[in-house]
Amino acid sequence: MRPSKAATKWRSCRLFAEGRMLELFRGELDVDKIFAKWRKWGEDKNYGAFITFVGTVRQEDGIEGLSFDVYEPILRSWFDSWQQKAKERGAVLRMAHSIGNVPVHTSSYMAAVFSPKRRVALELIEEFVEDFKANAPIWKYDLRGGERIYARDRSQKIEGSGLLDNVE
Amino acid sequence: MVQVQFLGPIGLPPREVEAKSLRELAKKLGEDPQVKKWLAECAVAVNDRIVKDLDAPLKSGDKVALLPPVCGG
Repeated sequence: MRPSKAATKWRSCRLFAEGRMLELFRGELDVDKIFAKWRKWGEDKNYGAFITFVGTVRQEDGIEGLSFDVYEPILRSWFDSWQQKAKERGAVLRMAHSIGNVPVHTSSYMAAVFSPKRRVALELIEEFVEDFKANAPIWKYDLRGGERIYARDRSQKIEGSGLLDNVE
Repeated sequence: MVQVQFLGPIGLPPREVEAKSLRELAKKLGEDPQVKKWLAECAVAVNDRIVKDLDAPLKSGDKVALLPPVCGG
């Protein structure tokens, strides 16, 4: 299936502006580079806790990799609302995600929480990653034989879905 | 006219639709089988904010997006 027009547009953007807390990359993430950048940033800000989540594409059912479409305007507002929740607890979130194709055994998603002490970071990383899976406007496709196949079975409806269905 | 975007795997080009509310837009979109099959699964955003009220008014130039089930990470 061809990528959406919107996704095609973003493929020309390798990365959001440096220094933003939400970063999008074309293709797989350079996990070591991003981790090093985030760690340095957290040290400079004097955070005592830095917890990361890294999502890596598994070899499963013969796929060659995964591919992603992202709708940036709503992803940004979703992320900003979480950043506000984190701020109220003295923490900061960072996130990186891939657009387009990501081969098996490379990574498409990184999330991190920084906080002065561990407890808030441990709690927030779980809440943030779980809500990301349920509500972030990102679509996943399996890559098989060069085809992109929508991973419908692994996708979740966003809260409020079906509003326009069967309206009389 | 409002502009309707079909995101992710829906794979349809954007289209302009004359509608004064989401209810009216829903009726018009439901007439197209290619769109109708997605409606039960899609969330709706107006000007990039998720909307849950079918009677939310629309004005000319509004951007409506249909968001099918998601799976990031």
